[in-house]
Amino acid sequence: MKILILGAGQVGSTVAESLVSEANDITVVDSDGAKLALLQERLDLRTLTGNASHPSVLEQAGIADTDMLLAVTQSDEVNMVACKLAASLYNTPTRIARVRSADFLARPELFNKDNFCVDFSICPEQILTDYITKLIEFPEALQVLRFSQGKASLVAVRAFAGGPLVGKPLSILHDNMPHIDARVAAIFRKDSPLIPEGSTVVEDGDEIFFIAATNNIRAVLKEMRRMDKPTKRVMIVGGGNIGRRLAQVLERDYQVKLIEYNKKACAKLAEELTSTLVLNGDGTDEKLMQQENVGEVDVFCALTNDDENNIMSALLAKQGGARKVIALINRSAYVDLLQGGKIDIALSPANVTIGSLLAYVRQGDVAAVHSLRRGAAEALELVVHGDRQSSKVVGRRIDEIDLPKGATIGALVRGDEVIMGHHDTRIEADDHVIVFVINKQMVKKVEKLFQVSLGFF
Amino acid sequence: MGRALTVIRALGMMLMVFSLTYVMPVVTSLIYADHIMLLDFLLAMVWTAAFGFLMWMTTRRCKGELSVRHGYLLVAAMWTAMPAFGTLPLLLSIPGLSFTDAYFETMSAMTTTGATVLTGLDDLPPSINIWRHELQWLGGLGVIVLAVAVLPLLGIGGRQLFKAETPGPMKDASLAPRIADTARNLWSVYLVITLACIAALKWAGMSWLDAVCHGFSTTGLGGFSTHDASVGYFNSPLIEFIMIVFMLFAVVNFATHFLVWRSRSLGAYLRDVEAQTALGLILLSCLTIAFFLWWNGVYTEFTTALRHASFNVVSIGASSGYASVDYAQWPIFAPLWMMFIGCIAASSGSTGGGIKMIRTLVLVKQAGREFVKLLHPSAVNPLKIGGSVIPNGVVFSVLGFIFLYFMTIATLTFVLLISGMDFITAFSATLACVNNFGPGLGAVGPASNYAGLTDFQTWVCTFGMLVGRLEIFTVLILFTPQFWRR
Repeated sequence: MKILILGAGQVGSTVAESLVSEANDITVVDSDGAKLALLQERLDLRTLTGNASHPSVLEQAGIADTDMLLAVTQSDEVNMVACKLAASLYNTPTRIARVRSADFLARPELFNKDNFCVDFSICPEQILTDYITKLIEFPEALQVLRFSQGKASLVAVRAFAGGPLVGKPLSILHDNMPHIDARVAAIFRKDSPLIPEGSTVVEDGDEIFFIAATNNIRAVLKEMRRMDKPTKRVMIVGGGNIGRRLAQVLERDYQVKLIEYNKKACAKLAEELTSTLVLNGDGTDEKLMQQENVGEVDVFCALTNDDENNIMSALLAKQGGARKVIALINRSAYVDLLQGGKIDIALSPANVTIGSLLAYVRQGDVAAVHSLRRGAAEALELVVHGDRQSSKVVGRRIDEIDLPKGATIGALVRGDEVIMGHHDTRIEADDHVIVFVINKQMVKKVEKLFQVSLGFF
Repeated sequence: MGRALTVIRALGMMLMVFSLTYVMPVVTSLIYADHIMLLDFLLAMVWTAAFGFLMWMTTRRCKGELSVRHGYLLVAAMWTAMPAFGTLPLLLSIPGLSFTDAYFETMSAMTTTGATVLTGLDDLPPSINIWRHELQWLGGLGVIVLAVAVLPLLGIGGRQLFKAETPGPMKDASLAPRIADTARNLWSVYLVITLACIAALKWAGMSWLDAVCHGFSTTGLGGFSTHDASVGYFNSPLIEFIMIVFMLFAVVNFATHFLVWRSRSLGAYLRDVEAQTALGLILLSCLTIAFFLWWNGVYTEFTTALRHASFNVVSIGASSGYASVDYAQWPIFAPLWMMFIGCIAASSGSTGGGIKMIRTLVLVKQAGREFVKLLHPSAVNPLKIGGSVIPNGVVFSVLGFIFLYFMTIATLTFVLLISGMDFITAFSATLACVNNFGPGLGAVGPASNYAGLTDFQTWVCTFGMLVGRLEIFTVLILFTPQFWRR
């Protein structure tokens, strides 16, 4: 696929990196040549320096035969104009724009084909905010990913001694909770995957991925570990785009304290937020943390745009007694280094947000893609089309489908119903199937399996 | 010197405009065919107009720009000169009335205080009554605001004058790009509400004269009545109810009313935290005092207690000053609480007097802010009302205002005490005058009036009303040395 990416910022470059690895032709446009040089050094792609909203620049970047335009520059306006140009002048088939301002998003008619012609608008900050909100709602979970508009969820949790299931085979899960249907999709023990079977015994420290209907999450979590007290106090460091949005969402249900270094930004935050206590100070200042009772904090989120600061303030908070600490870390080397150590959750914004973009790039009808375990594994939501003849999955029982080893069908969503994937479950057309893939290399095979063969057309 | 002449020129023009307000009593005396009054009013009208013309003629070439300080000077001068000219018909038609008392009466009218020195109101000629109530209505939203609205004569200094006269700490109610349009909008809303009030009162059984007079004084939150027994004369729950509704209307910022009118939706009321707090406080006080009166056996039936408590609490709380019963006879908690909310309840930009609810809110929030500051020394905690931030400059000016306000109350009370008045009368008269709600307690209670005061005491009260109406700064700034320094 030929993809044109406008903007080589954080989002642009991570998207480029992840798409290059999936064998696409990528061109990146940015006004900052230095950024592009850096990118070209690492990745196999074409770059072009120029203003992304000028037709001449777009033409030079080869927009005429581009399959997909990804406008992810810093400016909402440039992104929207680029989509409009692509649609009106060059008939680009798919146009995706990053739009951050809630003012634009509040008027969805702006994006239709009579106006700015934006097929999909994405807002990475919003995705991250949703992601962190879920983690705060379920403080025991490592990851909570939503499928089919939140009807089903995939949850990652570390098993701890004390959970009823720990030390016992998976098959007793059903005996413990006869009314709740959940399915364990994968278990990672000491970073290597196990294919879960009924006889697999859960051990202390295992990372377990399970799929359940969203309102059953808490019940399943209880099986894996002792439950914490529900979250009440949240402390956020960094009042940028993410910190601000998060505080806005959380302040209704939790006591939120927000630490921001910049005095002017503080004044603006305090104006926008209603019940959040905005504090002016350094997120790595342990005196300030103690003064603000970091020991009583249930969830501590370090969300500045500086990796090192986030790591340091998260470590200090943990030291000071915060129950759970989350740090936002852009560099993937750091993420691997820290995950599972003193920092409870090392969050890589690229991994969290890339999924929403990947869904548009993939073959077949993919409704959602979530990267798991720093991009090594993946969970996909695929929509099933066709009939018994044209499709390799419709009308078949799950154990009749030729899935590659390591890929499991966790659940399917049929209408409003969430059905767990047992070996005798039959798949029908228009089901949303949630597939868990422990190794990214298998994704292509899985997608192919779900594609309708040509005879369908 | 040229600038001082500009003030005189503007004052002359304002007086000429003011002379037009005599049209209403003139028409009234034509309708009621009292020819002696007609002559008096025409005489007063000519006098005022001639004086204004003279002032304008001699200085008409001075078209200098009105500076900030001359704006204050002009407003203060207007507010002392207009009541002075307003005394003319009273002095001409009521034999034996001293200038002191007449000036008190007109000042009380224009500042919408509603305190009176006249007795035998029922027997006053209709045109005099109309005159008193008309002054109260004009004073309600502000004569200068009216002048700015109908005459773009002041041009450049308009906004300055507007600010000096309109009550409230933040005066940027930009309803329209031009200040004259803003003033016009406010007056249109005021006029509509007044007409509705007059119609409702007429429908409830008042005579035309009573309806017009009470309509004027209700929406102006004045408190004058055409009867010595005030609203108690009518003894009609319906009339009391109508007046309660319109007083509660008038206690809300007229800019909010205008926004509601223009957008045809009640959203602006929901966003006006000041009005909500004020109305909530008044209604809660009604219920509390009704229960208190019933509990203490003042009224045996709760409904009667509720009726009298509601009317009098709203009347004093909204800084109107009507009375339907002699509430001074109630246990002391009730009248004092009524006077307390009379000091704070009215909204900025309404026709009421006192500290204004927005300042009270600012002070309450500022106090809360100090607590937060003690617990969280590094907190950034701006003062927000209704979601918008109040700049620190405004907070400081409110603190300054409140200090001057209390000092004014204390000083005037002491001055009245020196003059030989008893404490309750002196304190309540000061509160009643500075907050423009009219009747006090003791010798100036709802059953009596200010006629018993000595000339000196009357002047002190007159000064209190003016200072209260113009919100202290506008008047007191004239007494600071900086003002006169060049």
